[in-house]
Amino acid sequence: MSVPGPAASFEAASSEVVDLRALQADTDIGSPIAELDRDLVGLAPVKQRIREIAAFLLVARARERVGLAAGPPTLHMAFTGNPGTGKTTVALRMAGILHRLGYVRKGHLVSVTRDDLVGQYIGHTAPKTKEILKRAMGGVLFIDEAYYLHRPENEKDYGQEAIEILLQVMENQREDLVVILAGYRERMASFFASNPGFRSRIAHHIDFPDYDASELLSIAELLAAQSEYRLSPAAREVMIDYITRRQQQPNFSNARSIRNALDRARLRQAMRLCAGNAVATREALQTIEAEDIRASRVFAT
Amino acid sequence: MHVTQGTFSFLPDLTDRQISDQIEYCLRQEWAVSVEFTDDVHPRNTYWEMWGIPMFDLRDAAGVMAEVRACREANPNVYVRVTAFDSTRGWETVRLSFLVQRPANEPGFRLDRLEAEGRTIRYSVHPYAADQPAGRRYKPEQANTAPGDRR
Repeated sequence: MSVPGPAASFEAASSEVVDLRALQADTDIGSPIAELDRDLVGLAPVKQRIREIAAFLLVARARERVGLAAGPPTLHMAFTGNPGTGKTTVALRMAGILHRLGYVRKGHLVSVTRDDLVGQYIGHTAPKTKEILKRAMGGVLFIDEAYYLHRPENEKDYGQEAIEILLQVMENQREDLVVILAGYRERMASFFASNPGFRSRIAHHIDFPDYDASELLSIAELLAAQSEYRLSPAAREVMIDYITRRQQQPNFSNARSIRNALDRARLRQAMRLCAGNAVATREALQTIEAEDIRASRVFAT
Repeated sequence: MHVTQGTFSFLPDLTDRQISDQIEYCLRQEWAVSVEFTDDVHPRNTYWEMWGIPMFDLRDAAGVMAEVRACREANPNVYVRVTAFDSTRGWETVRLSFLVQRPANEPGFRLDRLEAEGRTIRYSVHPYAADQPAGRRYKPEQANTAPGDRR
């Protein structure tokens, strides 16, 4: 029944030390970031920003523990970058990371585009948007190609209504969900220019750089390994050539182009195996040869 | 008279935090949660007004709590309940239902006796509030008036 006197409690508060390493181990922050490093090639600025956010959340928790003011930080983000630079992939992982950091309660990702938010007639938009927001509560709402929400050429467009509801929830229920907007760089810039409310409510603008040729090659090998294929040494050489040629062509979309090229190479490998001997070794089944890639129309020109 | 309908109704009224935790439980069981309200609280009145459609595919109670608050705001002095529907084959029914708002004054029920053929008597339960037209039953100034005591 003894209560420590005021002097004792002051002593305890002022000398309190938070072991950040132990806290880090508790919250298991290291492992999602290590996974990110391992599974995603390149993207240095993105990883840097995620590390910063993780450290910030850790410190926020430590501050809370010693009784310092710890308002919920704003974690709404905008991902900008060219096609195929990994915006959606990172968003998916972001939901898991924020969940493990204890910032969102459930850690699921609701991925939507304009069609899911904006209705087709008057009075349709608000319930639709609210429905999506309710589903995203406790997790991450990922709005792909967010600039389609705003149609400057049509002032009666219902997109504006969806934007207003989104802004309201982003402001008032910051602890309930994290909104991530994604899109191509220039169009996002003009979207933010015409919706200043959005710009100011989003704390983290993360730009996804294009991959260079060596990163694309690592991605190709990683993708192949994930589906238990591998490139033969000759195929690897052809792949390097393929990447440099493909980068010059229009509509190059980074990792997505590489994934498509690999998918087509797998089809050609299957044709080659079927046309060849009646038996195929395990080795042959998982190897993509140079000719499988060389047959691409990229080499035709 | 404190109306006791649904789960937890013999306990003190739930706080928002407790309501949120109960909804969280429902969502973990993958039940579809919905919000309903009524000003006719007769025990046999099963079908209350729906506040929006049942919420499927939710993961977190925050979405339901937003609807609960919106419903309370729009219907300040009536009964509001949260129901959780289990769509699993074999159940296909409401598994949990509890009040999340009640009017400030609950006048209670009276027992009506109807003398039928012979010496038969038929009984029925009649909420005092139902003497007022729908929509005016739980206005604060009328909530405590006895039947027949109209101005």
